[in-house]
Amino acid sequence: MATKLKEVDAVVVGMGWTGAILARELTKAGLQVVGLERGQDRVPGGDFVLPAVRDELRYSQRLELMMDNSTDTLTFRNRPDDQALPVRRIGAFLPGEGVGGSGIHWGGLHWRFLPTDFRIRSTIAERYGAKAIPDDMTIQDWPVSFDELEPYYDRFDKLCGVSGQAGNLRGTRIEGGNVFEGPRSDHYPNKPLIPSSAGLMFASAARNLGYHPFPMPISINSAPYVNREGITLGACEYCGFCNRTACEANAKASPNVTVMPVLRLEPKFELRTRAWVGKLNYDKAAKKVVSVTYTDLRNGEEYEQPAGIVVLASYVFGNVQHLLLAGIGAPYDHATGNGVVGRNYAYQFEAGAQAFFDDKHMNSYMGSAANGMCIDDFNGENFDHAGLGFFGGGYFSCNTPAAPPISGRMLPHGTPLWGPEWKRATVKWYNHACRFGTEGSVYANRDNYLDLDPTYKDALGRPLIRLTYNGTDNDHKMSRYLLGKLEGIVKAMNPTHYEMEPRPKNFTIVPYQSTHNTGGTIMGADPKTSVVNRYLQAWDAHNLFVEGASVFPQQHGYNPTGTVGALAYWSAQAITTQYRNSPGPLVHG
Amino acid sequence: MAEETIPRRKFLLGAGIAGTAVATGLSQAEPAAAAAQAQAPAAAAAQPEPLLALNETEHAFVVAAVDTLIPADELSPSGSDCGIATFIDRQLASAWGGGAKMYRAGPFHKGKPEQGYQLALTPAEFFSAGIAAANAWSRKTYGHDFDRLSPDQRVEALKAMQDGKAEFADFSSRAFFARLLAIAMEGFFSDPIYGGNRNKVGWRMIGFPGLPATYINLYEEYRDKPYVVEPRSIADFS
Repeated sequence: MATKLKEVDAVVVGMGWTGAILARELTKAGLQVVGLERGQDRVPGGDFVLPAVRDELRYSQRLELMMDNSTDTLTFRNRPDDQALPVRRIGAFLPGEGVGGSGIHWGGLHWRFLPTDFRIRSTIAERYGAKAIPDDMTIQDWPVSFDELEPYYDRFDKLCGVSGQAGNLRGTRIEGGNVFEGPRSDHYPNKPLIPSSAGLMFASAARNLGYHPFPMPISINSAPYVNREGITLGACEYCGFCNRTACEANAKASPNVTVMPVLRLEPKFELRTRAWVGKLNYDKAAKKVVSVTYTDLRNGEEYEQPAGIVVLASYVFGNVQHLLLAGIGAPYDHATGNGVVGRNYAYQFEAGAQAFFDDKHMNSYMGSAANGMCIDDFNGENFDHAGLGFFGGGYFSCNTPAAPPISGRMLPHGTPLWGPEWKRATVKWYNHACRFGTEGSVYANRDNYLDLDPTYKDALGRPLIRLTYNGTDNDHKMSRYLLGKLEGIVKAMNPTHYEMEPRPKNFTIVPYQSTHNTGGTIMGADPKTSVVNRYLQAWDAHNLFVEGASVFPQQHGYNPTGTVGALAYWSAQAITTQYRNSPGPLVHG
Repeated sequence: MAEETIPRRKFLLGAGIAGTAVATGLSQAEPAAAAAQAQAPAAAAAQPEPLLALNETEHAFVVAAVDTLIPADELSPSGSDCGIATFIDRQLASAWGGGAKMYRAGPFHKGKPEQGYQLALTPAEFFSAGIAAANAWSRKTYGHDFDRLSPDQRVEALKAMQDGKAEFADFSSRAFFARLLAIAMEGFFSDPIYGGNRNKVGWRMIGFPGLPATYINLYEEYRDKPYVVEPRSIADFS
């Protein structure tokens, strides 16, 4: 029997970006909050230090900060009629674990979605006719507009200290920034990072072709910055150790650096780590989650934590798993297309290129993971899709790959992978290569979804999440189109040699691609086609708020974290100013 | 905080000196050092290193394999002289080698390539089974264990495994080779603290400067210019 604990105002499940933001905003409003995190605690001064963090084997190869698949994973198949098998070690995507979650090891790419992204179904229908949208493309408008979300984007920018160049300030276009972006109420908190050599070459080539290059917006502070919590963040050291690891300089924004220091001092907040929530206790008649049950991994005991408000802030897969296990919301039924929980799973459809310049010294080991240059000319509805046979798009970037020697070496395709010839080629090209990416959207499809696996279980004995996903014809066409445009820029950079790298036909779980999993508990205006309303409040449990990218109706052509953070602030505002005063549904479906 | 600043300052000082000294010394010293190490296999063989995970037969296989993947030449010593066999032995004895953070519950099915690794074996068990299968195939094909083959035969044998043409009994030669190559490269390029990349030979070979304290003051200065310094590893900061 679980030991029943004293009720608190709010319990937060998972202490990554959204959990930390919600806990902070709720305690600020005077609520007593308990944060439950199944992984370990991590503290900048203790855990993010030299020389330990600059260890490619430990962090990048052995995945020190990532989820522990010995206790929890998911199963995967490409198609609904395939046999799903467990992901025995994560690869394609790398969810983090512990306080800070994936917010410690992310690359820091910090974007806003386009105004048209938020009403993508309507925009496509207006421009190309409603019939242009294929039947199996289950895209939906967001139940919140860009303009509504903008103040919360701004809030998250000022938590992280994002470095970038505005391209649209309150409606005024600024050359050198992203002229396609929605109107910003303010500049980026920090100036852009110093661009890489490759980034400058890319920008010049793109500009000559008539495109609109701008610096990658990134949550890596280009100068010391005091954030909205009064915490001083450091300046980027251009050390080259960014992705998959923690930032020693406290320049890359993480929950641990930007929020947790003030939250730890907050008397109304209690953090419990190694506390693995196995169950949301749902009272269906009352439409409430009355408590959560967790196992304290330090003593093996089970505890029931009652709470007035439950914030579900796990990773995408955990959020969906919790709802399915608790029976909150109708599970998505692939056969009929009915049901909502698990529906509209989406991913990021990345492709790219590599180029070699025998006369350039890239010094790519210097820099951040992302002090590159981008163009947004082929994202979302920034270009005309008439006659193209697909919808969607993505931004292009030329990043500093940061060239870690185990995982970042590039060679022309066809070069031997070992032996004397491999050695000579590696020496020749290591410092003379750069990489390009197209951050393609994934427009939801009825065949891509999440449900519970019938066979495999996690360490608590619960069914694993089963992922059914493959790239759609639409997304493959989109990606090929983007690569064609990218090739024009790469060629114009006049490389010694280059190769385009299209996506394989089938999505594979093995090599790393992107941790941008989205959907499964999507937000919407209609309970028949969504799990949560515009405030991220569950339609079927009014005291349950579901945070993170699992609420995206589909995935757009950008990294998700900027929107995840903005939605967290937006949702917190609704809880503290509306729900707290009159608990009940904030939207009537 | 105090403990942290001392090694960083020490390093910054060192980096400054190295930054000016490089042009003179390193480029000549490097091949000389490499050549000296290339001569060393006999000495290394006389003093076998203690093994944590591999037995003698497995170790002999690993030495022969990494010396074929990364042969001694003017660019670097051989794989084993770079410490890669030692690295592999220690990695297989580590928590990772024992299957840490790996989902190992059944049932087991072969699956499609898109579904990734589907065996119950830990990395240590996988390499043990794979080496046994490779040696059995080598005996059948060439009459000897892999480590007793001539250099040309080793190259031929590894190519056959890489292409999946080596027919191991009940084991995928292609999967075995892919993991063997991956761990050999990790041993060549990871921080020397793990036993490979001895004397930072892998880093020197490609011109990776190792761990910086910071590049903020060098980033623009070295734009499109060669930056050659004595590489620094975790031990140099500790």
